[in-house]
Amino acid sequence: MSGADPQMAGKPEPFLIGEAMTGGYGRGADILHDCTIAVDKGQIAVIVGPNGAGKSTAMKAVFGMVDLRLGAVRLDGQDITALTPQARVAMGMGFVPQTHNIFTSMTVEENLEMGAFLRQDDIRGTMEQVYELFPILKDKRRQAAGELSGGQRQQVAVGRALMTRPSLLMLDEPTAGVSPIVMDELFDRIIEVARTGISILMVEQNARQALEIADKGYVLVQGSNAHTGSGKALLADPQVRKSFLGGTE
Amino acid sequence: MDILNAVVVLANFVLIPALSYGSQLALGALGVTLIYGILRFSNFAHGDTMAFGAMVTILFTWAFQNMGISIAPLPTALLALPFGIVVTAALLLATDRVVYRFYRQQKAKPIILVMVSLGVMFILNGIVRVIIGPGEQRFEDGARFIINARQFKEMTGLEEGLAFKASQGLTIVVTIIAVAALFWFLDRTKMGKSMRAYSDNEDLALLSGINPERVVRITWILAAILATTAGVLYGLDKSFKPFTYFQLLLPMFAAAIVGGLGNPLGAIVGGYIIAFSEVTLTYAWKKVATYFLPASLAPDSLMQLLSTDYKYAVSFTILVIVLIFKPYGLFRGKAV
Amino acid sequence: MRNAALFALVAALYIATGMMQSWNTALAIFNMGLISAVMALGVNIQWGYAGLFNVGIMGFVALGGLATVLVSMPPVTEAWAAGGARMLAALAFGAGTIAAGIATFRRMQPGRRRALAVAAIFAVGFVLYRWAFDPARDAIEAIDPASTGYLGGLGLPILIAWPVGGLLAAAAAWGIGKTALGLRSDYLAIATLGIAEIIIAVLKNEDWLGRGVKNVVGLPRPVPYEIDLQDTPEFVARATELGLDPATASSLWVKLCYTGLFAAVLLALILLTQLALKSPWGRMMRAIRDNEVAAEAMGKNVTRRHLQIFILGSAICGMAGAMMTTLDGQLTPGTYQPLRYTFLIWVMVIVGGSGNNWGSVLGGFLIWWLWIQVEPIGGFVMNLITMPLPEDSGLRLHLLDSVQHIRLLTMGVVLLLVLRFSPRGLIPEK
Ligand SMILES: Nc1ncnc2c1ncn2[C@@H]1O[C@H](COP(=O)(O)OP(=O)(O)OP(=O)(O)O)[C@@H](O)[C@H]1O
Ligand SMILES: [Mg+2]
Repeated sequence: MSGADPQMAGKPEPFLIGEAMTGGYGRGADILHDCTIAVDKGQIAVIVGPNGAGKSTAMKAVFGMVDLRLGAVRLDGQDITALTPQARVAMGMGFVPQTHNIFTSMTVEENLEMGAFLRQDDIRGTMEQVYELFPILKDKRRQAAGELSGGQRQQVAVGRALMTRPSLLMLDEPTAGVSPIVMDELFDRIIEVARTGISILMVEQNARQALEIADKGYVLVQGSNAHTGSGKALLADPQVRKSFLGGTE
Repeated sequence: MDILNAVVVLANFVLIPALSYGSQLALGALGVTLIYGILRFSNFAHGDTMAFGAMVTILFTWAFQNMGISIAPLPTALLALPFGIVVTAALLLATDRVVYRFYRQQKAKPIILVMVSLGVMFILNGIVRVIIGPGEQRFEDGARFIINARQFKEMTGLEEGLAFKASQGLTIVVTIIAVAALFWFLDRTKMGKSMRAYSDNEDLALLSGINPERVVRITWILAAILATTAGVLYGLDKSFKPFTYFQLLLPMFAAAIVGGLGNPLGAIVGGYIIAFSEVTLTYAWKKVATYFLPASLAPDSLMQLLSTDYKYAVSFTILVIVLIFKPYGLFRGKAV
Repeated sequence: MRNAALFALVAALYIATGMMQSWNTALAIFNMGLISAVMALGVNIQWGYAGLFNVGIMGFVALGGLATVLVSMPPVTEAWAAGGARMLAALAFGAGTIAAGIATFRRMQPGRRRALAVAAIFAVGFVLYRWAFDPARDAIEAIDPASTGYLGGLGLPILIAWPVGGLLAAAAAWGIGKTALGLRSDYLAIATLGIAEIIIAVLKNEDWLGRGVKNVVGLPRPVPYEIDLQDTPEFVARATELGLDPATASSLWVKLCYTGLFAAVLLALILLTQLALKSPWGRMMRAIRDNEVAAEAMGKNVTRRHLQIFILGSAICGMAGAMMTTLDGQLTPGTYQPLRYTFLIWVMVIVGGSGNNWGSVLGGFLIWWLWIQVEPIGGFVMNLITMPLPEDSGLRLHLLDSVQHIRLLTMGVVLLLVLRFSPRGLIPEK
């Protein structure tokens, strides 16, 4: 797979693009090989792939938490490859990691406050919006986040990232460990967020459902782009179905 | 009447001393636990930081005394304390800059930082001894007692006297103020909350835009405030001698671990647990017992469970028990 | 090549000391250098092979010192008669109480009843123990307190005390390791700091055991006495043949004898540790150190291995402690200072090269030499610096007075500099 996505050619630059990223952790071997991930304004992009494919690593690379040897990350046309994660937060990127994505010893409300750490203005409005999106959190606002259920924790995690009012939200397996019903709920909420104009880049284990709501899909295998296309196209692709979607249907 | 006398003896020799010693330990342990929570290593230099802070305060105290500045009946040291804190904070920030920051950036193992803190301890120890010498220094002035034994006897008509030293009262009051202020800071201010967030989940704190270096700086400043205050109070109450501050390391660590390393509330509770155990186990109970027991049963031994030379064995034993049964401490601190 | 040069350099330091000061001084420093090297070797096993941070070296060294008294001093028969049996009974009872407490704890179901039962055993046991112990102690300590006042030892050759010192230290290390290993690495550091303080407190306060701060002097020697040598005609003749006066010659010879003994121990230990390091066991230890998680995943019992190595290293320190007390000829609990017996050894290990046995040996010799020589040098420098000040200026006297503290400071700076700029030390691990 070549790095430059052929489908992108001639089109205007996407809102966010991690282009031809190559790199790994510390001095270890490269995990990502010429991997490209992009998302357009207000759209949902989904990364799927087997365990250990480097999905989380790709997300971290986009967020500046992995040193890239080659490639670049651009946000809204601006090269941000050299910026620290904090600077990216300030530029309107929000990230919900796969694990350890809440402050367990702090209350739900404090978690949200910390999400808004960089903001100097009044954050109450945003907090209300988050509570509207996830009403259960409002009831639990004074409870330590570590005492919540798995699904509620994921809501706290997403809520925390929304507190900066990001223009791009990155979610690493937001539905990990939650029941199918809650999962549908969460997907609905995510679509709702996307409708407000926030771009979403998301890693998902539940490939089929995720690709259904995706405007764009990436299949990663061993750190490289294996398949790329619209969510529908990937769902229809027999090869993708066979190897990644359990291809029974 | 006998019961009252016994209670007075108990208060005089156990409750009040343990309360003030416990307060001093709690302040020290708070510093240890904060540094552990944020920087994630056990700071062996904390005892000598206390010695350093106390020493600077003593030097200011002497200067003020020479200039005739006094805030009697309060000890002049209280006036000098803010100066001591500022100098100590500057020292800790400088140490962080030239020593610790490098290892933080390297993401060195915590044990390396522990060893580095040992080197810092060496140096602080040397500095203190060079400047003020290894001997004992006195610097207390102002009123000696809030109430002394004779006054108390006259007031109550009891046989036993109760002496409440000014330094003990001061220790308790200052500790209450310091702890209240610290908790207000940690629970109510954005900066304090960001410290807790950083201590809870470093990576996520970064993802929230919290500046780690700033958190670290605030931590060192808090550590300087707590260490200097604890060091000065201890010095006022007992006396200032550099080596005793090194020896305070063990009870302070024990207090912090008993409470759960990284947990401020735990450090305070731990401080009092250690202090009360130490004092009750090394106190000669004979006098109290004679008031309670009929004369025929009066004990002829001192009824002292442990000689005071072994007071550190008490903290150590408590430490060992906690490590065996509850390595996270009473108030679940950070990872074991 | 580089390593040989480094050793040659350190040898040159000692030789220069011999030529410029005196051979007696040089040998005295060298003997302590040998002991320091043994201690550094023990600490290096713990740190270099397993990453265990022992801040209680002083305690293990002191236990070795106690061993020399317990093994080599003649028993004080009056003291034994006065309270020996009762003392042994009390100690046995104390140990029994602890065992009973632990057994109860293991047998009973967790819960309030168990806690109460264990607490009761310890409380009652403690009272009974004190009831048995106190009179025995008082009786023993009353026997001629100015010269004995303790039980004395077994009257055996003092060389036996060396392995016994190792055993005592090993026992203490076992107890500490059992509680603190397997937890966060900091905890071992704190626990060892504590045990060292307590061991010293015991040595200082339990007069019946080792005379406390009254010290035990005149420990028997494994080597001849100077006086005896000077009274031996052959020795005097040999000395004059070499152009030495008998007094100097005897003192040199005694030191050389110690050198021989210590060097034999050091060489044996180096041989053993090198063999161990190269064995599958040593490779496993280093694998564990480098990646505990992976080693654990491969089914290695990391905590057990750590316990093993912690005991081994501490035993070596205990043995070195016994050697040191033998050399001193007296046990003086008041002189055990953590800065000298714990932190100095650490400086040796780190400077020499953690993980490398040769490195720690080199560090032992080098740092010990510096430790001794820096004080006169420091005094000289300080004299120069304070030259412009008037003879009786308070500041000048104060500064001259603090030379010994500057030595501490220097060691701290050396430690930090090496950790920062040359963390692998002079002779890095291969
Ligand atoms: N912090 C790290 N340091 C070193 N290697 C890492 C680190 N995190 C992940 N790896 C390695 O990088 C590779 C990709 O891991 P990554 O977490 O990106 O996979 P993933 O696609 O997110 O898998 P999953 O579906 O299980 O979340 C794996 O081989 C993993 O071992
Ligand atoms: Mg992942």
